[in-house]
Amino acid sequence: MPGHPLDRLSDAFISLIARVMTRVNPKWLERNRYKLEEWRLMLYALNRSPTGIAGLILAMGFVFIGIFGPYIAPHSYDFSYIAATGKYKLYWLAPPGTGGAILGTDDLGRDLLSQLLYGARISLVVVALVLPVGISIGVILGLLAGYYGGAVDEAIMRVTDIFLAFPGLILALALTSALTMRIAYAIANNPWLTSFVSAVFALKPSDALNIAPTLAIIVALWLVWWPGYARLVRGMTLQQKGNVFVMAAQALGMSSREIMFKHILPNILGPLLVFMTLDVGNVILVEAGLSFLMGGQIKIPEWGAIVQHGSQYLVNGAWWLLIFPGLAILLAVLGWNLFGDALRDILDPRTRRSIEFR
Amino acid sequence: MPALIQVENLKKYFPVGGKLLVKQWVKAVDGVSFEIYEGETLGLVGESGCGKSTTARLLLRLEEPTDGKVLFEGKNIYKLRGRELKEFRRKANIVFQDPYTSLDPRMTVFDIIMEPIRVHKIDVGDPEQYVLKLLYEVGLNESHMYRYPHEFSGGQRQRIAIARVLALRPKFIVLDEPTSALDVSVQAQILNLLKDLQKKYNLTYLFISHNLAVVRYMSHRIAVMYLGKIVEIGDAEEIFESPLHPYTRALISLIPVPDPFQARKRKKLMIQGEPPNPINPPPGCRFHPRCPFAKDRCKKEEPKLIEYSKGHYVACWLYS
Repeated sequence: MPGHPLDRLSDAFISLIARVMTRVNPKWLERNRYKLEEWRLMLYALNRSPTGIAGLILAMGFVFIGIFGPYIAPHSYDFSYIAATGKYKLYWLAPPGTGGAILGTDDLGRDLLSQLLYGARISLVVVALVLPVGISIGVILGLLAGYYGGAVDEAIMRVTDIFLAFPGLILALALTSALTMRIAYAIANNPWLTSFVSAVFALKPSDALNIAPTLAIIVALWLVWWPGYARLVRGMTLQQKGNVFVMAAQALGMSSREIMFKHILPNILGPLLVFMTLDVGNVILVEAGLSFLMGGQIKIPEWGAIVQHGSQYLVNGAWWLLIFPGLAILLAVLGWNLFGDALRDILDPRTRRSIEFR
Repeated sequence: MPALIQVENLKKYFPVGGKLLVKQWVKAVDGVSFEIYEGETLGLVGESGCGKSTTARLLLRLEEPTDGKVLFEGKNIYKLRGRELKEFRRKANIVFQDPYTSLDPRMTVFDIIMEPIRVHKIDVGDPEQYVLKLLYEVGLNESHMYRYPHEFSGGQRQRIAIARVLALRPKFIVLDEPTSALDVSVQAQILNLLKDLQKKYNLTYLFISHNLAVVRYMSHRIAVMYLGKIVEIGDAEEIFESPLHPYTRALISLIPVPDPFQARKRKKLMIQGEPPNPINPPPGCRFHPRCPFAKDRCKKEEPKLIEYSKGHYVACWLYS
């Protein structure tokens, strides 16, 4: 295998893991030598995939900005140059580079760069709330359907079919408009919910109510996100169930629950992980699309809402209000997709081999 | 010798065809009765599709039967529930044919062998010592403990599978063609290992195979299956020296003999045709369309398994 400049970094990373784990448990290295070696090969394969590296950097960048964006932003998301300086003419739809506003301002004189950095947090939180719940429901239902088969399978998969047959975006749209008021009401009546929501989304407590549509979108996405996973997991479960080791576990007297979670799930985790990674981009995209379609809360720095709001001022020549949020969405989605594609090749030992020797 | 396992009129039919069509049944096992005595090996032979493996799975309650019962230590295993069923699962286990799919590729050898112990919550002291003891017992060593199945050859994997079954100190093990996926050179090693373990732990085996030479080497008694039924059962040597049923006679006469002069002298009993469709088995004796001795009676009435000589049973109209 020809050397690669990044391989040394990978080696250092692997030996760091080994050192740390050995300190926790002296026998760890002996027991996990093979696993460690496989991780090393995966990293080597990743090093040889330029698109994978690019995807990883973009994806990690999204996560980093999602976490720290609000702290590195030059201004708060609701800071207005107009309100602060009173220079209405200068800061009304100021183009990029105008007096401190690196990416320009919107019609209220707010700093676009700060808005985008705060927006990354909202996108990240949406992803972090939608995917785990959607995936858990889908995985559990898929495992049950695939493992038990028969009537259980029929019941679960017909419900899944109903959800899949109904356009997810429309369903989410309807749910969102139905849920928004209820959620706003709940936030208004629970002080702890107000402070929790504003802390998580990095908003001021006074704006907590305005995040209600986004929370409604999250709940709506829980309902439309699991069917894809249920179907995927069911198929993979059926495939794994045919393996003799499942019957061997049954012969031992293992319970069905244990067989599903200890034998079947670990064996389908690889493809599932790839699907999840590719799905992060989908969640970002759908959430941005929904907040765009919902009209967008003008007070909340959501990427989709910024595009929606900014599109009104395209006639005034304010291209930056479309291009920059659009670019943010594009890069985040592209990053996760590229990384997911690379991950697919890396996790599959057959394609990994071909990358290793490239 | 007391019977450890008593199989009575066991039947398993599998449905085939669409739900809207008239349901048809594959009669994989169709009324099988036999006993397995403690400490012995019962060989079960027959061509592919005759119901050997289904019988094995039924004996371990990996399938629910259509009819009939299996008594293990006097108790019907299909009636067992809860703790009793778990106890049965500890005492009876199986080694599968294909060692390449019978071990979970995501688990180390240590985890694979410890799994039965964890499932049954048995206290074995130091787990590593216990696994090591089992590894030595099946001819592996400590360097294999934390490796994954794909790092092993077929023979080694089968040893791991045997160690895993042994971990529970079972009484009865079904060996479902344990060597047919292995190289000939490795087969003998595994068979000898199984024989040694049987002596050491007084194990009872049901040995399933289509390889007659292997069955003769392993078994104390042999049962011959044809299309879901047992046609002959008896002492291993007696079955080989004086087979009664035409099907058994044909099978045994067709075992290859290494010496070509011997082989030329031997009279071969050829049977024609393919095994019939188990959805629609022929009436009367199931073997009659392929039997060189078939009479009118064979086409109409089904022969019962009768005791021809002591402990040697046959189901054929030639002997009654």
